[in-house]
Amino acid sequence: MTATGEIKKSVLVSLWFMFLTFPIMVIRVNTVQDVVEWRWLNMAYIGIGTFFISMLWRYMIRRKEREGKKEKTDNLSFAQKIILDKKIFIPLVALTGLFIIVFPHMFSMYQTNIMISALIYVMLGLGLNIVIGLAGLLDLGYVAFFAVGAYSYALLNLHYGLVFWLALPLGGFLALIFGVILGYPVLRLRGDYLAIVTLGFGEIIRLVLENWNEFSFGPSGIPNIPKPPLFGVDLSLSGSIIYLYYIIVGLVIFTIFVINRLENSRIGRAWIALKDDEIACQAMGIDKARTKLRAFGLGAMWAGMAGVIFAAKTTFINPASFTIWESVIILCTVVLGGMGSITGVISGALLLILLPEYLRAFSEFRMIIFGAVLVLMMVFRPGGIINNVRKTYKFQKT
Amino acid sequence: MKPILEVKNMTMAFGGLKAIDSLDISIHQGEIAALIGPNGAGKTTFFNCITGIYKPTSGDIFICPHEKQERLNGLKPNIVTKKGLARTFQNIRLFSSMTVLENVMIGCHSITKAGVLGAIFKNAATKAEENFIVEKAYSILEKIGIEMYVDELATNLPYGAQRRLEIARAMATDPFLLLLDEPAAGMNPMETKSLDDLIIKLRDEENVSILLIEHDMKLVMSLSDNIHVVDYGKKIAEGTPEQIKSNPDVIKAYLGDESEDA
Amino acid sequence: MDFDYFSYLFFGGLTRGSIYALIALGYTMVYGIIQLINFAHGEIYMIGAFTGLIIASVLTMMGLPSLAVIIIAAAAAIIYASAYGFTIEKIAYKPLRDANAPRLSALISAIGMSLFLQNYVLLAQTSDFLPFPSLIPDFEFWEPYSHIWTSAELVIFITTVIVMILLTFLIKFTKIGKAMRATSQDKTMASLLGINVNRVITFTFVVGSATAAIGGILIASHIGQINFYMGFIAGIKAFVAAVLGGIGSIPGAVIGALILGWTESFFTGYISSDYEDVFAFLFLVGILILRPSGILGKSETQKV
Repeated sequence: MTATGEIKKSVLVSLWFMFLTFPIMVIRVNTVQDVVEWRWLNMAYIGIGTFFISMLWRYMIRRKEREGKKEKTDNLSFAQKIILDKKIFIPLVALTGLFIIVFPHMFSMYQTNIMISALIYVMLGLGLNIVIGLAGLLDLGYVAFFAVGAYSYALLNLHYGLVFWLALPLGGFLALIFGVILGYPVLRLRGDYLAIVTLGFGEIIRLVLENWNEFSFGPSGIPNIPKPPLFGVDLSLSGSIIYLYYIIVGLVIFTIFVINRLENSRIGRAWIALKDDEIACQAMGIDKARTKLRAFGLGAMWAGMAGVIFAAKTTFINPASFTIWESVIILCTVVLGGMGSITGVISGALLLILLPEYLRAFSEFRMIIFGAVLVLMMVFRPGGIINNVRKTYKFQKT
Repeated sequence: MKPILEVKNMTMAFGGLKAIDSLDISIHQGEIAALIGPNGAGKTTFFNCITGIYKPTSGDIFICPHEKQERLNGLKPNIVTKKGLARTFQNIRLFSSMTVLENVMIGCHSITKAGVLGAIFKNAATKAEENFIVEKAYSILEKIGIEMYVDELATNLPYGAQRRLEIARAMATDPFLLLLDEPAAGMNPMETKSLDDLIIKLRDEENVSILLIEHDMKLVMSLSDNIHVVDYGKKIAEGTPEQIKSNPDVIKAYLGDESEDA
Repeated sequence: MDFDYFSYLFFGGLTRGSIYALIALGYTMVYGIIQLINFAHGEIYMIGAFTGLIIASVLTMMGLPSLAVIIIAAAAAIIYASAYGFTIEKIAYKPLRDANAPRLSALISAIGMSLFLQNYVLLAQTSDFLPFPSLIPDFEFWEPYSHIWTSAELVIFITTVIVMILLTFLIKFTKIGKAMRATSQDKTMASLLGINVNRVITFTFVVGSATAAIGGILIASHIGQINFYMGFIAGIKAFVAAVLGGIGSIPGAVIGALILGWTESFFTGYISSDYEDVFAFLFLVGILILRPSGILGKSETQKV
């Protein structure tokens, strides 16, 4: 298409968006004082912005179509090449590891705290990745299991003085039980219905926590949740934050190890096969319901453990931390990084959680960016930044 | 001796339409049987019914791999496979993100048992099982004759090899009866000929009986011990290839328009 | 039993049901045609309400007579909601359809769209509740019972019935309606028969968005306040209604919406109002587990 044609098209798009966003972006009514604020400048921004975005959009669509026609294999992205090249990847991992170990000693408490939050999301992302990335089940109520973990620690500690190290496995176990109980009746549903049902379960759990005051203390939440003590000794505030930081780092490493093992096992293969073709999978003797339930339960267990850490970190929890949009954020980290890819999910989670923290100017745009990321990723790069190149089994003759 | 598969008076109705209408079919140990009939006669539906994908409206399905007879009705597809009935699909359904070897490894799922904990701890038993799976899968590939593609992605295989991989995958479940849904569809005459040899080899060396749906009459006539002809969900004839060739009903219903089907 | 209270709950449920029906229609039509749960549909309803409020306020301040304000604001809400529906389809769904993306990708895209639109309104307008002027005039129609069934509720009900009739007419008797039915049965076949499938899909989004906007301004003017988050719960409940009735079926959506409206109204009236939304979600989970094809839907057999 000619350049003038392109410009004409973009002008039309930009005019359309100026019209479309006119009432919401330009007019703001103050109903108390009965004055109207006209923000014409916004219209100019929209006009200019959409003009360029529409050009970029069409260019990207065309590029994607061209790529689609090419052979799929042998077309690795830069990130994939790095991951597959052991000479680069192993030193890279070692360097990152070193950085992670010295992090709390190099940066302030504040930074360490942010890093703990980000690592909690990494753990959640990796857990959800078992459910979505490996088994292909869209779980929109994932945060409910996070809540189960957090509340198990908070409540069991409050009533019975349960310590962190017991609460961690117990919280995971309770979330697993919840996952199995909720998952059992719904996992035979088709993908999109499953997504909605899990969303429903997630909201039910949150609403119950909000309304059942006798049990969960309602919206006011539970304060004074203790941080884990080291060998029975209560640490100073900074000490306990550093300690918690190493705990979550340890757990993330454990998670990576477990997922790696699972991926290359009989169970992991069954998950991938199930994602590829359910009918053929059953014809191979794989129990569909049980295999799905395993992924669902394991994912839930990880969310539960992350929940215990979350409660210990914030020392205060209430139902507002467990809304459906929290599930969507976790989904967003998995989608951005690349479903099924461990490195992808970790980078996705760190990117999405750390960037808004450091770019303070953008923090109010956090959620709108998450929304845009989900749409843009699905349209342009459904495989994520790091498109998962599954490590296939290579046969060696013995 | 009892037939290894005995279908009695089976009917499968979708709404008012009877895709299968009181059908009786028996398969005996060591037999290569064929199920033929015009398009839409209900052949694939028959496979779907006995493998548990559909629940037949009425009738009985029995298997008798050893001495004891068992009823298959209402069992889930994965249980049917575990009992020893394996199938291939007319419209190839391979696991597209997996390699050839991995596809066959999935077939070993029902005869192995490592769980989540085994996967995480990777103990000696799990390791031994993984080795067993890999070796079994590879030896099946060798038998089927597609071991040269071992590490290829299943979707990158030529068409004929994909059909063979479907058979390999089914064989990995250790079946006593193999159900092949149009195994020669889309193959050239040479590939069809070698498929003919393969099926006979499987029967003779692997001790598996075979029931196949096929439109390629030459293949059916040369392979089969016994042929069942269905039309509009009803069985219209049964017999050896010679008997079928000369059966007037069959000629009327089916072979009459052979030119279209072949 | 207190009959007055019962009737009050009955008509309350009828009003709820009518609004759910107006939103559920969009869900069900879109699902019927492209098997997509248009998660952003609730946001269209919200944007309809916001546009209606903004235009109505501006016009009132300019001193226009109230009847003119009502008509222009309603028209603007409908036009804008349709325009948003059209644009969302072009941005978030059509590229995925062109690329033959799996159904879950489209759903994720829809969720992203929903999140985007909520925050778009939040950032451009406000996170507070905005008071919404009562656009529906009060009038006497069955004194002295108007506390049981208010004139506003009557208007909502009548509007819903009219929309329903128009929509049924549109789908049953017009050319585009026929094209919609054909497309929902078999997209490939429909396009081979010369139906412009993309145009039909766009049209479906536009019509569905317009009905959602009607629901948006009616409920906003009835309750008297709006908020950027109003679309989420309403959207979920409308989806429940659509599934309950059998997703893809238009009379089903109406029946499902009325059943949900009534059960909700009686549940909150007689049992507990704290757990109103829990109840709706339980309803959702229950239906999807027990009868995912709904009341009027057909159960589908998977082809192998």
